[in-house]
Amino acid sequence: MTVTREPPARASARRKAPPLELTDRALHERRLGWLLSAPAFILMLAVTAYPMANAVYLSTFSYRLTDPAGKEFVGLNNYLVVLTDPLWWEDVGTTALITLVTVSLELVIGFTLAMVMHKIIFGRRTVRTSILVPYGIITVVSAFAWRYAFALDSGFVNNWLGLGDFDWFGQRWSALVAICASEIWKTTPFIALLLLAGLAQVPGSLIEAAHVDGATFRQRLFKVIIPNMKAAIMVALLFRTLDAWRVFDNVFVMTAGASGTETLSFLAYRQNITRVALGVGSAVSVLLFLSVLLIAFIFIKGFKTDLGQVRGDRR
Amino acid sequence: MTTTRRSQVAWIIGAILILLYTLTPIAWMISLSLKPGDDIYNKQFLPTDWSLENYRTVFQTDLFTSALRNSIGISFISTAFSVIIAMFVAYAIARLDFPGKKVILSVALAIAMFPVISLIGPLFDMWRAVGLFDTWLGLIIPYISFTLPLSIWTLSAFFREIPWEMEQAAQVDGATPWQAFRRVIVPLAAPGVFTTAIIAFFAGWNDFVFGVSLTSTDAARPVPAALAFFTGASQFQQPTAAIAAASVVVTVPIVIVTLIFQRRIVAGLTSGAVKG
Repeated sequence: MTVTREPPARASARRKAPPLELTDRALHERRLGWLLSAPAFILMLAVTAYPMANAVYLSTFSYRLTDPAGKEFVGLNNYLVVLTDPLWWEDVGTTALITLVTVSLELVIGFTLAMVMHKIIFGRRTVRTSILVPYGIITVVSAFAWRYAFALDSGFVNNWLGLGDFDWFGQRWSALVAICASEIWKTTPFIALLLLAGLAQVPGSLIEAAHVDGATFRQRLFKVIIPNMKAAIMVALLFRTLDAWRVFDNVFVMTAGASGTETLSFLAYRQNITRVALGVGSAVSVLLFLSVLLIAFIFIKGFKTDLGQVRGDRR
Repeated sequence: MTTTRRSQVAWIIGAILILLYTLTPIAWMISLSLKPGDDIYNKQFLPTDWSLENYRTVFQTDLFTSALRNSIGISFISTAFSVIIAMFVAYAIARLDFPGKKVILSVALAIAMFPVISLIGPLFDMWRAVGLFDTWLGLIIPYISFTLPLSIWTLSAFFREIPWEMEQAAQVDGATPWQAFRRVIVPLAAPGVFTTAIIAFFAGWNDFVFGVSLTSTDAARPVPAALAFFTGASQFQQPTAAIAAASVVVTVPIVIVTLIFQRRIVAGLTSGAVKG
């Protein structure tokens, strides 16, 4: 019992000079540490690693619940079916387009919001509070609000923009505009908060010094402020890209994949749940998983130094 | 003097624009929910005539009331478990010296980035096989697992700030180990635990993917999924006004909680994500 009461100072001292043999104390801490972490560890893996392995297994079978023939091993045929389907590639394109548009606009708007919030004195609290409103709202509710705003029969958008009877959900581009608007509204405030935290960590003396040296606002922005908050920007970018890549709620509520707005997540839902085609659906799931891994890999490889800097920020 | 005044005006305009940005969709939903009868088709932002009839309709709909019950129950239970399990981990990370801390944090991070939608097929199949499909437990298990990473990261960020030496100081002053822990550490940890619970609750409350794929009746279907499948009181009636009213009902309490605890939520969200 004396072990857990050991002050952290000594623990860190020991970390610097590792003993040749483990003391009872260290062994006990190690065991306790793993014991305490085990439930979380097991649960997290049980609901991700095991079903994912199951998806890989199912993807090699012809397996559809409505099909009385049952399961039949088909090897990689399901993947072939998915990858040769032009619809798959259309969905890849739609997903990529939504990701690109939303993430880039969110970064720009989020950064602007963060700059304003960083500077305002009057009404600071109100603004910081209101920025949490979109965060607290269920995505489905926000999607409905936007769907109704753009709706032909009841929306105010056409009225405000003087567009008359323009059907936003009638064609691909405008339906995507509506989806992106909803997505951006919901998640930009979160980006703004992350960037605001990053902004607070930029040393004010640096900006001041640049100001004194006669740097313009633009120079201060691009030469001092942004490079100093690269870490926060990277984290926001990584998380939001992965998030946007699996956009689902908004698409489901606003168009249900109609008018060429189907995304990869919606395809996975349609195959697995609506069509109960678990073989093909699992192939889609595995491909979706691999695409997320690929994006994460590119980010982590490409921005290794910047992401490392985030780790360095921690005490 | 004029420049500062001018910049002040600029910042006030900035603040107003931010408020318009964040609040317009909410105002629109509230406005829709107050429009009686065919008023929802008037395409105006504000109702010309307002009534609470839509709220009455919604609360008379079994589908909505059962979904509300499911959402509250499932989210509370999974939040409680998620936070308790995450507390063990966060305590171990902040307090104990053992190899593998990085492994645990990395696994949590990897799962936070995991595409949940990839799991609905196999989970649907597994849950049907073991009888968890369309049950509370069938949603609680995935909710716990997927709010755990968030809880672990947020809590360990909070726990690292706790001056653990104070516990020992209390013991030197004559407190028993349990007393020292309960009187010193628990009060210091409580705000962090509370914040984490709010954030985890929001995550569960907001879930749509599992809610829509792992349920089929009102036995377990949570609010977001129920809203998406809501067809209105009669099949001839557009559910727009009813959905708007239901949306306001499930949004307002969350917004109030957010407003009350805004400082803590901001601290929790950013410390978990930026400082780690």
